[in-house]
Amino acid sequence: MKIAVASGKGGTGKTTFSVALALANRDRARLVDCDVEEPNAHLFLRGGESTTTQVWASVPEVDASLCDSCGKCTSFCRYNALAVAGTAGLLVFPELCHDCGGCILVCPNKALSERKVLRGTIESRVIDGTLELVTGRLEVGSPSAPTVIRAAIENPSALQRRVTIFDAPPGTACSFASCVHQADHCVLVTDPTPFGLHDLDLAIEAIQGMAKPFSVVINRSNGDDDLASRHCRRRGIPVLMRIPERREIAECYSKGGSLLDADPSMGERLRALLDDLHFHVSGGPIL
Amino acid sequence: MSPKEIVVLSGKGGTGKTSLTAAFATFAHKTVLADCDVDAANLHLLLTPRVTETGTFMGGHEASIREADCTSCGLCAELCRFGSVSEIDGWFGITNCEGCGVCVEFCPAKAIDWKPSVTGTWMVSDSIAGTMVHARLRPGAENSGKLASLVRKLARDQAQAQGADIVLIDGPPGIGCPAIASLTGASAALVVTEPTPSGLHDLDRILDLASHFSVPARVLVNKWDLNPELTERIETLARGKGCSVAQRLPYAKEFTQSQMAALPIPLRFPGSELAGRIEEIWKETQSWTMS
Repeated sequence: MKIAVASGKGGTGKTTFSVALALANRDRARLVDCDVEEPNAHLFLRGGESTTTQVWASVPEVDASLCDSCGKCTSFCRYNALAVAGTAGLLVFPELCHDCGGCILVCPNKALSERKVLRGTIESRVIDGTLELVTGRLEVGSPSAPTVIRAAIENPSALQRRVTIFDAPPGTACSFASCVHQADHCVLVTDPTPFGLHDLDLAIEAIQGMAKPFSVVINRSNGDDDLASRHCRRRGIPVLMRIPERREIAECYSKGGSLLDADPSMGERLRALLDDLHFHVSGGPIL
Repeated sequence: MSPKEIVVLSGKGGTGKTSLTAAFATFAHKTVLADCDVDAANLHLLLTPRVTETGTFMGGHEASIREADCTSCGLCAELCRFGSVSEIDGWFGITNCEGCGVCVEFCPAKAIDWKPSVTGTWMVSDSIAGTMVHARLRPGAENSGKLASLVRKLARDQAQAQGADIVLIDGPPGIGCPAIASLTGASAALVVTEPTPSGLHDLDRILDLASHFSVPARVLVNKWDLNPELTERIETLARGKGCSVAQRLPYAKEFTQSQMAALPIPLRFPGSELAGRIEEIWKETQSWTMS
């Protein structure tokens, strides 16, 4: 079973929740940090030997002696990554290139070849011999977050676990979609603020477009009558859990502690929560 | 003279970008606002915009296979570098299309349609803090970066038409396409962070991005009293990277209370100490940008 933890709005507590869920279920779940623009789970899950692999992409390189500036590649490219500039001939902008490879295929003179550029890295670690964390990290200045997200998700598992948790990127655009698309169920973490709820509704619209089942976790909750709880009741959205609004939790987080450090009783609840999700997705217990 | 563009960014989400942008906007004269966080836009929730002009955003194309004409040769699946073509029992289908057009161009049976897709809407509005340009990306859609670029361009056009000096941009979190589109060519970036391990880590990457695109950056630590020691480290890191450092802001309930009231902080809490501090930060940032 694969579960994506996503949010719409940034900073609602995706990482806080997914790290705690993984810690409480370390014997049966692994965690993949798919927020490759700003991966943070590793800041709360330290230790273990790391293995790093690199994610490469192929951008075009021009052989000026073969290029006659015919412009077939520039009109093909949807990302404006190639341009014919007068006497300078064909120019390539690797920062705009999305690595589709189309320009190389359309060039009638075989003047374009592939050049490898680094788009990101995938780091895999096993913490205390039991909890596997895979971290995707986008190179600064690179546009291809979905490429790195796919590589992180496809990275071979170091440990046999029945459940994989994806810590998804914020927003509702293509990075979010490329992660959630790979999951069986999406848990949306929101806070009970107008911004949180507005973006929760956008995320739900995106998830419904993908026909994925979803549920909600309310972070910084003021109880079952807060803005988010009422919103979810009105819309008939299942609420899995409420994490209370407490300054100790915020301070614990600011020191690199997990939710379980702030409140050890969360462990049991997070195990039960994963059991429930597994029943919901697969119709049976986690074996 | 073309207007200066000041972009408010953060790396990490939820640090207070939008609340601060809206608050700055109440002090900023001859300024046009642009909300470039197009896939989770929130600025309109504080500034009660009245839309005066709107248009659709054709973000790109989406490929789809016509079953009747498909010969199941599988070339599309082989050529697609995004893993968007899937095969079930010899039937091919496309989901989550990146819109590159490779499969369409090379399908030997010409069995793949290539329809332009409306992936968003842009709006120009009158708001309680002046003209603002904002947008709504269709949830789950591609090309958030292109839409952010379009919002910026429309805001520059508005600024030029009105003789405004500044375009104030509310940027997206992260360092990907929309962050790059909000940052490139801007006059200055104000980066809002918080003293948490994530805030520090993400700040480091967004400052590298700003330096990559040669945009001068100024760092503001919000909620500084959550962890004074980490605040010091963040400000040291920022100075070490050649950035300027703005006044700190404390952890304040006024941020959420203003959101609940759907008003910028200085209008919900006029004359408050927090509003005064934010006004000073805005004036200092403005003169730093102009210098």
